[in-house]
Amino acid sequence: MAVEATTGVELVDLEETSLRELNRRLHELAADDPQPRRWRVVNSNGAHAVACGLNAPVEVEVAGHVGYYCAGMNQRATVRISGNAGTGVAENMMSGIVVVDGNASQSAGSSGRGGLLVVHGDAGARCGISMKGVDIVVRGSIGHLSAFMAQRGSLVVCGDAGEALGDSIYETHVYVRGEVAGLGADCVEKELRAHHRAELRSLLDQAGFDDVDPGGFRRYGSARTLYSFRIDNAGAY
Amino acid sequence: MCGIVGLFCKSPRIEPRLGEYLSAMLVQLDERGPDSAGVAVYRNPAPDGWSKLTLYSSDPGMEWDRLWGELAEAFGGVEAVDRRARHAVVLVEGDAQEIEAWVRGRDAELRVISAGSVIEIYKEVGRPRVFAATFELGDFQGTHALGHTRMATESRVTTQGSHPFSTGHDLCLVHNGSLSNHNRLRASLRRQGMEFQTENDTEVAAAYLTWRLREGASLEQALEGCLDDLDGFYTFLVGTADGFAVLRDPIACKPAVIAETDDWVAMASEYRAIAVLPGAPEARIWEPEPGVVYTWEKALV
Repeated sequence: MAVEATTGVELVDLEETSLRELNRRLHELAADDPQPRRWRVVNSNGAHAVACGLNAPVEVEVAGHVGYYCAGMNQRATVRISGNAGTGVAENMMSGIVVVDGNASQSAGSSGRGGLLVVHGDAGARCGISMKGVDIVVRGSIGHLSAFMAQRGSLVVCGDAGEALGDSIYETHVYVRGEVAGLGADCVEKELRAHHRAELRSLLDQAGFDDVDPGGFRRYGSARTLYSFRIDNAGAY
Repeated sequence: MCGIVGLFCKSPRIEPRLGEYLSAMLVQLDERGPDSAGVAVYRNPAPDGWSKLTLYSSDPGMEWDRLWGELAEAFGGVEAVDRRARHAVVLVEGDAQEIEAWVRGRDAELRVISAGSVIEIYKEVGRPRVFAATFELGDFQGTHALGHTRMATESRVTTQGSHPFSTGHDLCLVHNGSLSNHNRLRASLRRQGMEFQTENDTEVAAAYLTWRLREGASLEQALEGCLDDLDGFYTFLVGTADGFAVLRDPIACKPAVIAETDDWVAMASEYRAIAVLPGAPEARIWEPEPGVVYTWEKALV
């Protein structure tokens, strides 16, 4: 490990430094004024749990592909993955920004409570499953069963969505520009109003997708027939 | 869990190092399947009119030379080509099915692990990294190979319950997942004349494929039949004489990554197993879609 004097970037080579050592050093950073502030991780080679559980306003660039749960539970940090990410990238993130330049595997951004996940490629199945406030913006397409039981936050998909989108969804806003293979139980297309368009524009801008026109999107959300108590069903309880 | 790896050489430049690469891939997935490991290697085709068999003996004092003598008496030409741990590979002049039947009838301790003209299968209980060293996987040259690391869920940890499972001549199956309807399906396949050596769910999937192929289905049709007839989780990798095929169940809980360069096609449970290959960072990488059969064959690429 060494700080590159000219750029002030802490370089960590995972062929020389253990993953535990990297994560330990990242966890020990001061939450208010982390030093060093910028990190670059090389030779990740699909390793699991890279840069997990961060809780400081640092910037971590992972130059390569990562395995499972990269940037999981992230708070305040900005983590950029220049390659593809395996299962559960940014799962349960609380705040901060996670960017995947390549594709993300299944369960990207699952159960996240806050912050922003940006995927420049495609995301696999179960993207944003049980999301609770995180915003997810995907340049490509997403797989089946995405936004299952999604509660809060927004999911923006510039490409297509797979089968059973938004099954049993609560109050997450889902915006899809391309084809939707099928909607899950209680998920319906909804009117895209002016304030939705403004939200969409803002999310696309935050993701850096200023070339994407929010006009071509459709909005999906909950029909609210599954989770609302209906007096007609009182006898069933 | 379980881990799957497969490597298919598009360029002959890769073939001399097939075993070295496969071994490195398998070891990467050691902790996904610490119970047992196995590989199928496709290499050195048997001459016309000859068959190649991989035999396994549970008897540590197995007298292989005596067996070769008996086989020569029964069939004519016999050439022992390889011995690794309790496995032996032999070329026999004759029809693979007849030779298999003869071997099964001779000795209960003796198992036919694979039969055909190019396939060889090696599998054993224990850590995959130990398996890779014991079986000297690095030596293998060939056109393609696949491997498996097993974390047992459905049945006992035995050599017979290890993957790959033979699914017919030059065909084999490795599986990550678990099947729910294997007992009922095993019973119905028994009625079709299929034989089983274990209580393992993957053996049932292998027998299902064998049965469908025997009934005239193409490999694609047989695999597509799995979508209707198998209940459970699976990522399958099927080895054929010319290449391999991949299928994930429609829910696709079990992981799969495919990567391709000008020199090779690789499939693995996780990218880290592919990362050991030359040119991996620049490879085209994607996840196979659920419920879609992917095939690579020597003639096609």
